[in-house]
Amino acid sequence: MVHWTAEEKQLITGVWGRVNVEECGAEALARLLIVYPWTQRFFDNFGNLSSPTAIIGNPKVRAHGKKVLTSFGEAVKNLDNLKGTYSKLSELHCEKLHVDPENFRLLGDILVVVLAAHFGKDFTPACQATWQKLVGLVAHALARKYH
Amino acid sequence: MLTAEDKKLIQQTWGKLGGAEEEIGAEALWRMFHSYPPTKTYFPHFDLSPGSEQIRSHGRKVVAALGNAIKNLDNLSQALSELSNLHAYNLRVDPPRFSLQFLSQCLQVALATRLGKDYSPEVHSAVDKFMSAVASVLAEKYR
Repeated sequence: MVHWTAEEKQLITGVWGRVNVEECGAEALARLLIVYPWTQRFFDNFGNLSSPTAIIGNPKVRAHGKKVLTSFGEAVKNLDNLKGTYSKLSELHCEKLHVDPENFRLLGDILVVVLAAHFGKDFTPACQATWQKLVGLVAHALARKYH
Repeated sequence: MLTAEDKKLIQQTWGKLGGAEEEIGAEALWRMFHSYPPTKTYFPHFDLSPGSEQIRSHGRKVVAALGNAIKNLDNLSQALSELSNLHAYNLRVDPPRFSLQFLSQCLQVALATRLGKDYSPEVHSAVDKFMSAVASVLAEKYR
């Protein structure tokens, strides 16, 4: 059972309330595909991923980024039940999508960097620590149903 | 690994810091201890409280080493050779942890909070690759 202090919950909801899910999601997914190009292996049908510019401008990347981050919003709403929240998605990523769970950790770290660039000094060390904890737990919940 | 473009971006980015490098070193360490408490096990002899002079001083050392590496991107192995020995034989920081992922992540967050939009995806990629290359060199002599 994960324990969240009142301060951690504040740091999470406070940041999330100021996030533009569509922009941030698109940014995070684009950076994943740029910084860790091997992750492109999961997106063969996304069209042009040939350069950072192409990736950033790719409408499928934007749309999917939004989808992914919207799902992340579920974690924020269900901090006390991440396992339950991601149970079905975990099965999906294992059985249909065949995604190595290591990729969840990579995306989590990228999301933290995107938040840092966006919030500047407001993204304090305490804030980062809380968000690293959250992305780590989400990654863990997504990996849980793998077999 | 590091393309000519990556090297250019890294040097440009480091150049943009305008003297804040030392502060960034201490901040990156502080963030690392906060986000990844097990990393503190390597510093039992340090005062790890906020504003600790030991953290500031160590941050300066780390940043100086990175700055030196950035001046010698074409020959990282040689530039970091002493540090490589130190980490392998004396410090013996656990290699996976030492894949510097934690320090790299925290350094990048420290850079991103300062550079905002200038911490573009291309710069992000170059810095990530650079830290990965530094980690490889430092781990070269482990066994």
